Amino acid sequence: MDVLYFAWVRERIGIPREAVETKASTVMDLVDELRGREERYAAAFADISALRVAVDQQLTDFDTPLAGAREVAFFPPMTGG
Amino acid sequence: MRIVVQDIPFDFGAEAAAFAEGRAESGAVVTFTGIVRDVDGGLKAMEIEHYPGMTEGALSEIAGQAMSRWSLEDALVIHRHGRLEVGEMIMMVATAARHRKHAFEAAEFLMDYLKSRAPFWKREITKDGAEWVAARDEDEDALTRW
Repeated sequence: MDVLYFAWVRERIGIPREAVETKASTVMDLVDELRGREERYAAAFADISALRVAVDQQLTDFDTPLAGAREVAFFPPMTGG
Repeated sequence: MRIVVQDIPFDFGAEAAAFAEGRAESGAVVTFTGIVRDVDGGLKAMEIEHYPGMTEGALSEIAGQAMSRWSLEDALVIHRHGRLEVGEMIMMVATAARHRKHAFEAAEFLMDYLKSRAPFWKREITKDGAEWVAARDEDEDALTRW
């Protein structure tokens, strides 16, 4: 699946998107997998209360199942308007 | 209903006039526009990042909710992204309804929701560097009244 990062999450990880091969069953499992990769991921995902997640472009929660998901995006709380 | 996400400036006067034109059935049109404000004299510019695809979807969903909840005849949302200088217009909303209370309320609803439910992230550029704007608790709290 494609994993996207925005704003300071993108800056901390250093890339805007990447293709990830995963068997993670929920968003939280995916976060744990990413955390285990490298320090920059661990830093970006250190405090998930500071993050929001969208699965297939729908805002959702970290316990959301990933079955069938094509795109997961992580970003800080939004500041539009 | 019209949703526009673009990096170039928009013509507020022309957009407002075109939106209000021929609204004999509505009787009430409300517009709001947000402008890059220099809070303490140090802001050079604002950069707005967004999530192409999700942005349009989220704005359509929010505007659709406003349309049905206040029985609007029409709604318009224009939101820019990219680099904006101080004084430039960031976004505008317009609502057309039979009664002004509905037009005002729907416009406020749109503003409240697109502040914290549409995937935009603002970064302020000052002489000291660039900093992401933190979401405010008040903006999240504002949603509870709807």
